[in-house]
Amino acid sequence: MATDVKVPPVGESITEAVVVEWLVPVGTVVKVDQELVALETDKITVNVPSPVAGLLVEHVVKVDGKVEIGAVIARIDESASTPTPAPASAPASTPAPTPAPASAPTPPPAPANTPAPASTPAPAPASSDVALMPAVRRLLDDNGLQAAQIHGTGPGGRILKEDVLNYLANRNSAPVVPPQVTSTPAATLKAAPAATSSPTSSTADGGKEEVVVMSKLRQTIARRLVEAQHTAAILTTFNEIDMSAVMGLRNTYKDSFEKAHGVKLGFMGFFAKAVIEGLKAYPSVNSEVRGDSVVYKHHYHLGVAVGGGKGLVVPVVRDVDQLSFAEFEKTLAGLADKAKNNTLSLADLSNGTFTISNGGVYGSLMSTPILNPPQVGILGLHKIEDRPVAVAGKVEIRSMMYVALSYDHRIVDGREAVSFLVKVKQCLEDPARMLLEI
Amino acid sequence: MGSMQRFDVVVIGSGPGGYVCAIRCAQLGLKTACVEKDKTLGGTCLNVGCIPSKALLESSERYAATRHTLAEHGINVGEVGLDLAKMQERRVKIVAQLTGGVALLFQKNKITRLSGLGRIAKGADGYHQVVVTHDDGSEETVEAAAVVIATGSVPTSLRGITIDNERVVDSTGALELSQVPKHLVLIGAGVIGLELGSVWSRLGAKVTVLEYLDRILPGVDGEVASEAHRILAKQGLEFILGARVEAAEVKGEEVVVRWRSKDDQTHEVTGDRVLVCVGRRPFSDGLGLDAVGVALDNRGRVQIDGEFQTNVAGIFAIGDVTRGAMLAHKAEDEGMAVAEILAGGHGHVNYDAIASIVYTHPEVAGVGKTEEELVQAGVPFVKGRFKYGPNGRALALGEGDGFVKMLAHKETDRVLGCHIIGAQAGDLIAEVALAIEFGASSEDIARSCHAHPTLSEIVREAALDCARRAIHK
Repeated sequence: MATDVKVPPVGESITEAVVVEWLVPVGTVVKVDQELVALETDKITVNVPSPVAGLLVEHVVKVDGKVEIGAVIARIDESASTPTPAPASAPASTPAPTPAPASAPTPPPAPANTPAPASTPAPAPASSDVALMPAVRRLLDDNGLQAAQIHGTGPGGRILKEDVLNYLANRNSAPVVPPQVTSTPAATLKAAPAATSSPTSSTADGGKEEVVVMSKLRQTIARRLVEAQHTAAILTTFNEIDMSAVMGLRNTYKDSFEKAHGVKLGFMGFFAKAVIEGLKAYPSVNSEVRGDSVVYKHHYHLGVAVGGGKGLVVPVVRDVDQLSFAEFEKTLAGLADKAKNNTLSLADLSNGTFTISNGGVYGSLMSTPILNPPQVGILGLHKIEDRPVAVAGKVEIRSMMYVALSYDHRIVDGREAVSFLVKVKQCLEDPARMLLEI
Repeated sequence: MGSMQRFDVVVIGSGPGGYVCAIRCAQLGLKTACVEKDKTLGGTCLNVGCIPSKALLESSERYAATRHTLAEHGINVGEVGLDLAKMQERRVKIVAQLTGGVALLFQKNKITRLSGLGRIAKGADGYHQVVVTHDDGSEETVEAAAVVIATGSVPTSLRGITIDNERVVDSTGALELSQVPKHLVLIGAGVIGLELGSVWSRLGAKVTVLEYLDRILPGVDGEVASEAHRILAKQGLEFILGARVEAAEVKGEEVVVRWRSKDDQTHEVTGDRVLVCVGRRPFSDGLGLDAVGVALDNRGRVQIDGEFQTNVAGIFAIGDVTRGAMLAHKAEDEGMAVAEILAGGHGHVNYDAIASIVYTHPEVAGVGKTEEELVQAGVPFVKGRFKYGPNGRALALGEGDGFVKMLAHKETDRVLGCHIIGAQAGDLIAEVALAIEFGASSEDIARSCHAHPTLSEIVREAALDCARRAIHK
């Protein structure tokens, strides 16, 4: 008897997906939670883990086929444990016409210490310290989970069936990836010129074209960028920052910082702290439009754009105002690692109140970032370059960086935006201000 | 002026709410007194409610079973005689045993018993005063840091009906009848009415039930109430629904009850006894609440906050005299909660997990939300049902009537309610009340081993049926 593997829910409002790649050929013995197939949806690419152990006997849907959430996508024979020789059917793992999906962090795999229960339906004995209710035991075993992973909401912190169900639903829902920052050349501050494409190509040029269908993810990104521009009244204000104070601090303390805290002293910590000062002073930059209201947030979750394994992602560091420099750097480093390994979770990418993006790492001198909805502000940092500047009547060479704040003019007015940026500038040029909160 | 006795708590009323509260207070080290106006402790429940009715229900059920069902077991009995006086004696003895038991518990816990009608009065130095008027008219005043009102409820009547406790009786009178009525006319098809009606019906009375609503047992899950109606009618009770009773006229040894049907026609039914069971009202007469400023709501219930405190600091109230289901165990739980609050801790009652039971045969029991309540609240749910019929124990007991219905949340599978009609329903419901307390899902109950052969397996199959996985269906 084969067990049906169904497409799990992958996120709110997502009802269908496309098979991108079969990760395991038919005839392989799979373990519980082993990833079977990569699916692509409107928002994200997600890998479907196996709910049971056994022999993968059928790929019900082929590559590029569409599936609905809840539909059967594979079949596994739990009673079989010997692999059968690979059938002659085309190996499903070459996605030739589909482009590699951009920046798609997969849901976190089951933790390394998952016990691999036998394929018998009887629940394996749960951890002896915790008395678990029968349905909870069954769900944990079916999904290769440990009680310690689940937050219990029942009386006395007891884990309820619904707690495990919620965990599973969130685990399988994919993060929405909003790589919102676009860097345009510094020469013009106009929006990037609209691509002029010839609607139809003449046969003469036909052979010199390559038509690549946009992946669902890219389509979504494209749509969201345009939506952001249609919804908010985006404006960008600029300033420049003399980075010598920060760089001086770094040079003096980077070794002792690393020694004391076990993490490198980067620039981001400074930028983040300066931004917090700015957000506290100008709360409208840390708000959101909801219907007819403006929601002022009294928490500070900073999204920081990082280059991940599959592209740009914006993980969120929560409650930055309550983190020390070291804690911030550590958290950010942890998130960057996760981004590299495609292990960011939906929670890691959600609920940011403001975003920082550093185009300077790519060489950008100045740019106009696009907002990351529903946030109303995004700070673009750029390349730090030595430039001649006037200081007390003399020309000096200073390490300068242009900064850009794009903001939603519906609720952030010009004065606030400019003042926010000035505050950030002041804090970075004179870090003592952050210590003294002035 | 002699010094008054001073207590940490004075509880007024020694029913299940009051006496349990007093005992718990004493256990927690509070100096406690309990005021009771009746000769015996235990309030309505022990004296003229739960206990005596259960005694008569048991006796009358045995009488009916002996006459009607022993034959199918191959047991031949001849003429079955009824000694009603002896049956009543048994009831009286059981009540005396329990009320005496409460008195002993009071002694053991060193609770001061104050006999007489209690009235709260304004005190001094932050203490309240309770004035107890003894039977001989003398008064005794004590001081109390806290007062707990546990004065319970009394039967109500209808406009136009006078309860004389001779021909027209209330529930108390119905318990004490010394003769089986020829024709008992029962006004009100609620829990108490149907239980008492069942008693006399089994003992040989013709029973006609007049109910104002279009259904019996208001508050009970509709599907279960319908089944109860069908079964009780089969047992011989005559039901007239949608009847508005207007008068009950005593004519010698008979009573003519006049009622109006929905189409505005008047009708009459004549019996030799009429039992009026149309509900109970909170009782706070003579408590002096006006004088101390304790507020009542528009239904005469003492108003309390989430910690059972009235609008007057230091005066609390529990049980039937307050809001909520008029159930002895609800009063008991509230009594315990108040005691714990008074002793400085926390007290909490989970009203979602309080079962209510009707001791007809078969029994009816329910805990949590009814199906109607869930539909009205728009909560998505699944329903699991299993009949008594296929259960081995039920058949061996000769109790094939009835079913268990379990309601679970559609998405989380959490048990939201369970409603049973069938033998031992009142005991079977306890498992589900516990499940609700623990936030269990129907799957949790389904996966717990239930001994075979027992009636509890019916509960388990209903739980399995929530996921359409019943084995024996």
